[in-house]
Amino acid sequence: MGSVMQPVIELQRVGVRYGRQWALRDVSATFPTGAVGLLGPNGAGKSTMIKALLGLLPPDTGDMKVLGLDVRRSPLQIRARIGYMPENDAHIPRMNAVTFVAYCGELAGLPSADAMQRAHEVLYYVGLGEARYRLIEQYSTGMKQRIKLAQALVHDPSLLFLDEPTNGMDPKGRDEMLELIRDIAHNKQINLILSSHLLPDVEYTCDHVVVLDKGGVATEGPIAALKGPGGRVFELRVKGEAGEFLAAMRGAGLECHATDEDVMRVFVPDERGPRFLFTLASQHKVQVRHLRASVPTLEDVFAKAVGDV
Amino acid sequence: MSPIHDQGYRHYLGEREPHGRAWWVIARSHIVTAMQHRGFRFILLVAWAPFVVRAVQIYVASTNLPVAEFIATTPETFRDFLAQQRLFVFLVTIGQAGLIADDRRTNALQLYLSKPLTRVEYILGKLVPPLAYVLAVTLVPALLLLLLQIVFAGSLAFLRANLFLLPAITLFSIIQALLSAFAILALSSLSKSRRFVSIMYAGVIFFTAAMYQALRGITNSRTWAVISPGEMLDVIANAIFRARAVSPVPVYVAILVVFVIIALSIVILERRIRAVEVVA
Repeated sequence: MGSVMQPVIELQRVGVRYGRQWALRDVSATFPTGAVGLLGPNGAGKSTMIKALLGLLPPDTGDMKVLGLDVRRSPLQIRARIGYMPENDAHIPRMNAVTFVAYCGELAGLPSADAMQRAHEVLYYVGLGEARYRLIEQYSTGMKQRIKLAQALVHDPSLLFLDEPTNGMDPKGRDEMLELIRDIAHNKQINLILSSHLLPDVEYTCDHVVVLDKGGVATEGPIAALKGPGGRVFELRVKGEAGEFLAAMRGAGLECHATDEDVMRVFVPDERGPRFLFTLASQHKVQVRHLRASVPTLEDVFAKAVGDV
Repeated sequence: MSPIHDQGYRHYLGEREPHGRAWWVIARSHIVTAMQHRGFRFILLVAWAPFVVRAVQIYVASTNLPVAEFIATTPETFRDFLAQQRLFVFLVTIGQAGLIADDRRTNALQLYLSKPLTRVEYILGKLVPPLAYVLAVTLVPALLLLLLQIVFAGSLAFLRANLFLLPAITLFSIIQALLSAFAILALSSLSKSRRFVSIMYAGVIFFTAAMYQALRGITNSRTWAVISPGEMLDVIANAIFRARAVSPVPVYVAILVVFVIIALSIVILERRIRAVEVVA
């Protein structure tokens, strides 16, 4: 891993467009060493950013550096040092797992014998040791996610790009995958960028986050710092004209986000406190049926940066 | 949280290969994979049957048997042998229909292109297997036949008298292999189904030949041969092997047609081999 001062990725005013549509517009961001979450709603530009960083999509404007190398000038050198786990199902047909992973290792520059040895090791590491001689076509969705991780790890990259790594996995498999990702980032000294729309996944595995929205950076920073400004989050349920009350709270400068149920999450600055909520409710003739202090989560950071989730 | 299965990840401390050999990794893998397929091995085996027949012919021609003068070895023997092999060239080429189509079906392109290799290396790696297999049923047996002629005759007289045969066999085999390999690769990049690619390839070969025959019958002109790659290969073969020209199409036109097909294939590959499909 590089020095703490040296960022893993630097983007300066990067723009990428598909035809006339800008997928990334004027993006400047810095990804420090360690595990960084790349968050954003669908269409925010997460996958586009990863593909641009891999050199698969040349940026129309701006400069990008990965591991200190310019993406335009040294794409092959960069790709030799990174591992990429794509979002969708991807494998080489008619290969068993160990042959596939060894093949990927050779493509990444490992000698044949070393690639085969590492393929066995990495498959054990990701939990596919017993199934390594099976054809990948016969794998379940969760196993396919693991094999994608294995092919990204086989050449011992300095940086891993994981695009929605828990997609389609059952809860047990998802937990195991998150544990693996956490282990890679925190115990194996491999930098990783985790692109996900699942905030708990990012919160569990990453220390730092970059939130994208509409092709731009909405916010970035250490998760702890982003979650911890002065103030508290309250879960709130009311009876009465909730819409009007919500508008009143927003008018008073509070951050309010509706959740899937009828519970709102309200960020109240320290100087106001929960009493302010009761006062406001009373003024708008709504009853507060439920008020519970909550721990600020990444969801709050995300919602604050992007809007309602 | 569930425990991790194995925490034994180790960092790699060995040497890494320099960039530029990934094409060979791809090519080797496909060559080996094709040979693991029993049907493909059978085709390769059968493709060498004409070689055995020709070898017997060359042997008999080198003896004092009365029939020898009727089956004497001439440059046409080699030209005809290569023409005979066209069926096996077709079958071997069809066997490679999934080279890119399979990768497109399983989204493997993004895996390949996220590794330290260029698109040119990827295409080269995919081009080598059909080239190798076509040459294995054309160039290799034809050169072996030439070698057998020398061995059976016990002299270099035939080779000295027909020294052009060596480059002629090599050149024609390479042209045929390049044409077949580029065509199947380009078609393979257009679909996600190897079966559909096979049908497209067979369609191109047989449809153009049938069209030529139909137009020739209607107009009584052989110049329509330009629409048939097979006929163009015949024109080129006749010129290379110094045989009598049957078609009125000049050899430079035939070469141009082959060149255009290969160029078109390259353009298709350039547009289709991308990790990211951009729909503007």
